Amino acid sequence: MSDRPSLADLALTFNHIALASFGGGLSAWSREVLVAEKRWMEDEEFLSAVTMCRILPGANQVNLAVFVGVKFHGIPGALAAVFGLTLVPVLLVLAMAYFYFQFHQVPAVQGILKGAAAAAVALTLSMVVKTGRKCLAGLIPVLLFLAVFLMNGIARWPLLACLSLLAPLAVVWAWPKPDKP
Amino acid sequence: MNIRTLTQICILFSSLSILSIGGGNTVLPEMHRKAVDSYHWLSDKQFADVFAISQAAPGPSILIVTIIGYKAAGIPGAILATIAMMLPAGVLVYLVSRVWEKAKDSAFRKAIEKGLAPLTVGLILASGWVMSKAADHDWRAYVLTAVCTAIFTTTKINPLFIVAAAGLVGWLGWI
Repeated sequence: MSDRPSLADLALTFNHIALASFGGGLSAWSREVLVAEKRWMEDEEFLSAVTMCRILPGANQVNLAVFVGVKFHGIPGALAAVFGLTLVPVLLVLAMAYFYFQFHQVPAVQGILKGAAAAAVALTLSMVVKTGRKCLAGLIPVLLFLAVFLMNGIARWPLLACLSLLAPLAVVWAWPKPDKP
Repeated sequence: MNIRTLTQICILFSSLSILSIGGGNTVLPEMHRKAVDSYHWLSDKQFADVFAISQAAPGPSILIVTIIGYKAAGIPGAILATIAMMLPAGVLVYLVSRVWEKAKDSAFRKAIEKGLAPLTVGLILASGWVMSKAADHDWRAYVLTAVCTAIFTTTKINPLFIVAAAGLVGWLGWI
């Protein structure tokens, strides 16, 4: 793990993540930048933070920015990260909203977004491959992985229903064994 | 400046912030009910368009509240709605992450980190699946996704170039 980032680092990094994700795939971009590029977190810490931020109320990505900001600099860190994540997008959204309410047209960027969205799905899939290589070793983790995908992705069960069934099983499986230190 | 509207914005979005368990999109129906049916800040059609705009913009998709606040009460409304939507949930995350930091070396934290990892990877795959459904992918978009996935997993090219190239492909109307 590298040195502790400064407040400006936090703000700039989350700004970078936000702007990079213009076709979607904010979670995948977060991993790409926070884990792969900056090495601020390990995969395991990052992945558990992502799911905790989903369980807690609030926008997942804002929550993750708070979580990472607090980890390095407490409340000022959280503010810097959230500020970085939202400032430029808020200005962009306001400009688009102004245009929309003035001219009654949704800005015509549909084609670009369609292409970028296809790549964002690809980045999300590649995150599954990269993180899965490490944590899907063994039968039980693979079963947990498949079960939650089927429940949440295919059957579209609510997140809380899936996790209240599977998370206790996962934690029992993962509990450190006392005989193997 | 309309104090009554600003108060409504503050109360509505800060309560939605706390209710949005599982992410911002879970409270969209309630947001629609209040903003369109109760307060008449915008029409049904406008709500749908504004949702599309917030999805298209970079950054967290929850910024739909910025646009609704803007329509209801101008720039002050936009700022207030954005802060109200993030602050209550943010405080909760702050408290949880403090506890989490204290539990750094506990068996409890280790078990959660290890146990949640395969579940998170499954949830990420699920969100990729849902994203491609929502984007109404046809076979050409799936081919593009497959090519990009291969590039992302086997090369070290900066993903931003690939996303930009894919955007160009879309702009040219090839998918």
